[in-house]
Amino acid sequence: MSSTTNDNLARASRRRFLQGSTAAVGGAVLGAGTSAAADADNLPPNIPEWMKAPGEPMGSQPYGTPSPFGKNVVKNISPNLKQYISASGRTPLQELDGIITPNGLFYERHHGGVPTIDPAQHRLMLHGLVERPLVFTMDDLRRFPSESHIYFLECSGNPVYTKPYGKTASDLVGLLSCAEWTGVSLKLVLQEAGLKPEAKWVVAEGADAAALTRSIPIEKCLDDAMLVYSQNGERLRPQQGYPVRLLLPGFEGNMNVKWLRRLHVTAEPIYSREETSKYTDLMPDGSAREFSFYMEAKSIITRPSGGQRLTTKGFQEITGIAWSGHGKIARVEVSVDGGKSWQDAQLQEPVLTRALTRFRLPWRWDGQPAVIQSRAIDETGYVQPTLAELLAVRGENHFYHNNAIWPWRIAADGEVTNAQA
Amino acid sequence: MRRRELWSVAVAIMVSAWVTGAQAQSPYGIGRPATPAEIAGWNIDIGRDGSNLPEGRGTVSHGREVFDQQCAACHGEKGEGGVGDRLVGGQGTLGTAKPIRTVGSYCPYATTLFDYIRRAMPQNAPQSLSNDDVYAVSAYLLSLNGLVGADGTLDAKSLAAIKMPNRDGFVGDARPDVK
Ligand code: HEC
Repeated sequence: MSSTTNDNLARASRRRFLQGSTAAVGGAVLGAGTSAAADADNLPPNIPEWMKAPGEPMGSQPYGTPSPFGKNVVKNISPNLKQYISASGRTPLQELDGIITPNGLFYERHHGGVPTIDPAQHRLMLHGLVERPLVFTMDDLRRFPSESHIYFLECSGNPVYTKPYGKTASDLVGLLSCAEWTGVSLKLVLQEAGLKPEAKWVVAEGADAAALTRSIPIEKCLDDAMLVYSQNGERLRPQQGYPVRLLLPGFEGNMNVKWLRRLHVTAEPIYSREETSKYTDLMPDGSAREFSFYMEAKSIITRPSGGQRLTTKGFQEITGIAWSGHGKIARVEVSVDGGKSWQDAQLQEPVLTRALTRFRLPWRWDGQPAVIQSRAIDETGYVQPTLAELLAVRGENHFYHNNAIWPWRIAADGEVTNAQA
Repeated sequence: MRRRELWSVAVAIMVSAWVTGAQAQSPYGIGRPATPAEIAGWNIDIGRDGSNLPEGRGTVSHGREVFDQQCAACHGEKGEGGVGDRLVGGQGTLGTAKPIRTVGSYCPYATTLFDYIRRAMPQNAPQSLSNDDVYAVSAYLLSLNGLVGADGTLDAKSLAAIKMPNRDGFVGDARPDVK
């Protein structure tokens, strides 16, 4: 079948979809990435100006950057943070397609700024309850057998339980990204030193100004944990831990220690500040949950989503992302009637363990106010809860690990806003 | 024929002995030994039992000087908070609607306080304080929280002996908690 035939078929089916809708001119969903109205001189039947002179020469961008028309698609960094050394910046989820986060838009969280580390002067020390304490250079780490996997990474404070709630998908759950990671299985590196029988935890320390420290259970270290030096094909960005970081698939972000310089094998956790004072969750009775490693199943509709506007009635694809620290996404259900009824969304292949999964639902907006939302079900059968269900058990001071369903309200004029705000 | 079989069995045994021998060593032979001096220089992890606390000591009164000069700009004159976290008060609030999480009310181990100040504070110049100064400023913060006397001194032994109010306040991960 020729490609022309394919195009014709695609056009015909698109026409069928659009029947019954009012004129669908331009983008149906407007967001930050949408450019201004085109100059009529460049529209049919005229020849656009960019065809009448050669474009930028080869070499004008030794490292490619997005089109100037995409310049608004940047990390979402709040202008009112108390300070910017221990701070976070979010991925603009509602501007992205597919499941891979571009490296420049990967979310950031650091506690002591982003260090500039010369890889030639970086060392990883492995000591404690091992037969042979070792020091590795970056060249050493790259000599080990390598592997690549696609995994999501998510901050545990994504989002908080209390108002004011964010306006956009990024404001709410933008401390979430997904990449293909390349590195060495941590198990191989630990075997190189030889674990002693009492080895139960590995304390990981970063070479940043926070010397950020977390204790990792040995079971995870001997399972799918990796020491990662590349992300989406290129070396890690400094914000992601260049030259080497820990990657613990499905575990809360701060445990995936960046700028990794030390692995201390111990019999018990070190009870660092980040695993006691900081990343723990108060319950209503005043007790606090500690060592809450896993990120539970979650999903969010990214289009249409808060801050966007539907410009026309008729066909609108609903799309979003789902993920679970416990494995694969089994199903995503979408409701377009405020949670009264739910239907299965289509899952885009590949559906990978502990990676983002893209879902889609073809939908026809009738121009009436609507509330749309998604809920994820993972392969363990766990169903993403509502915010009310979470608050009933955990109270408002739990702070981390909020994986609630997040509904969007669509007004009659097409404006999309946070339905919980 | 028979001799050849025996020979190949012997070779197989030798090879497998070599492999297990190698595995008792490093399977890939990558990396070099870390010396005790290198480990001592880098390992600043303090156990909750006080293991690996360094030599040294510091008084509450010296800690107050350190705090005024190097911490108060971010944490407030009396540790009430600012750009940096509030460090004082909050005992008895954890089970209320407005809990105040501080070193005094929430942190389970005094060793954690020492460890964190030594590795990460002051935020603008981490790992710049002497061990004596870290003991002193820890003593001062604990005294502001009523956990060390105003004329107190801390060293490895006395720091490890402090029982923090929220020491038994932590429970394990109970999720999935919504079904
Ligand atoms: C430049 C500002 C700044 C200075 C100076 C500073 N701090 Fe901090 N401190 C912070 C910030 C910001 C945090 C929170 C860091 C984070 O969460 O990543 C913090 C956190 C802390 C914590 C953890 C509190 C908790 O409950 O988890 C302690 C303890 C602390 N600082 C003690 C000190 C001491 C002692 C000094 C002086 C030697 C000091 N700080 C100087 C900014 C500062």
